[in-house]
Amino acid sequence: MGLEEKLPNGVLLASVEKLVNWTRKSSLWPATFGLACCAIEMMTSGGPRYDLARFGMEVFRASPRQADLMIVAGRVSNKMAPVLRQIYDQMPEPRWVIAMGVCASSGGMFNNYAIVQGVDHVVPVDMYLPGCPPRPEMLIDAILKLHAKIMDEPLGDTRKALQLESGYRTPMIPSSERFAKK
Amino acid sequence: MFDALKGFGVTFGTMFKKVVTEEYPEVKKIPAERYHGRHQLNRHPDGLEKCVGCELCAWACPADAIYVEGGDNTEKARFSPGERYGAIYQINYLRCIGCGLCVEACPTRSLTMTTEYELADDNRQDLIYTKEQLMAPLLSGMEQPPHPMRLGDNEQDYYVKGPELAVSMESAPFADSMETAPLKEQGK
Repeated sequence: MGLEEKLPNGVLLASVEKLVNWTRKSSLWPATFGLACCAIEMMTSGGPRYDLARFGMEVFRASPRQADLMIVAGRVSNKMAPVLRQIYDQMPEPRWVIAMGVCASSGGMFNNYAIVQGVDHVVPVDMYLPGCPPRPEMLIDAILKLHAKIMDEPLGDTRKALQLESGYRTPMIPSSERFAKK
Repeated sequence: MFDALKGFGVTFGTMFKKVVTEEYPEVKKIPAERYHGRHQLNRHPDGLEKCVGCELCAWACPADAIYVEGGDNTEKARFSPGERYGAIYQINYLRCIGCGLCVEACPTRSLTMTTEYELADDNRQDLIYTKEQLMAPLLSGMEQPPHPMRLGDNEQDYYVKGPELAVSMESAPFADSMETAPLKEQGK
């Protein structure tokens, strides 16, 4: 944005940061990027049984310009990698990436010449989700952990430097623990 | 003329139907008991490790996700009954496809799977689980290795007496959840 860099760091800006992050995490719109079997689980997550709409994100956008989350669901072949990168580049900032399943995260069992050994070779990944394929609950868990990460995101370079200095990392608490009914 | 209203009838009727949506983050979904979730390295009833460091799991793994390095038990430091134990044990969950071939390959039933599935993390390093993370928690009557063999004089005693030990353990608390139940039920 830019304006926040000119303002002194204080109570007001911290609340703005929280508000901005809250709005960002409450309506993550994923781009459809189903590549293999993980996509089936991803589609199930959007269906009525798991209902991603509860987290404000049931619309899988077919155009990357309207999306801010890329769920890479499935193995990425070397031929697909430039396409993946292009779609990522077309997404407006701020944007996040979830590597869904072991193939997207590290190549999984396909340790061969055709498969990219982890999409983090092509795009920066915010959340790695193991499983082959992961259950829809696991995907929801990854999304909620990403929500927690987005909530901790600093607004502007000054805040970013402060966070880097403190060495703070968002704790990865299992979602069923974090949201457990008391 | 009534056809248009029929559609509304479906919508209205749905309000009285049972909701199928799972309340996942609030209520944890427990998968079937034989679900292939996170692994666990089991212990004998006295706390000694069942893993003998044979690396058969690593050989069986189609994704090369398991790394094992065996070590020798000595009289001073005994981790498992018998000669060897798994000194280093790592499972890379970014490779593991949960096929369960490692569990089938394990000759001592040391490696089993739990129903734990919330594994997502934001870096690759933390998803390589080490032995400390995979080891089953110590139940009542168990003792943190290294310690001498308590249930017999040699390795064979542990397996020959295994069934009766399991029966005697059944009277003890947590006994039924010893091997495969999720960690939470074991009182972790």
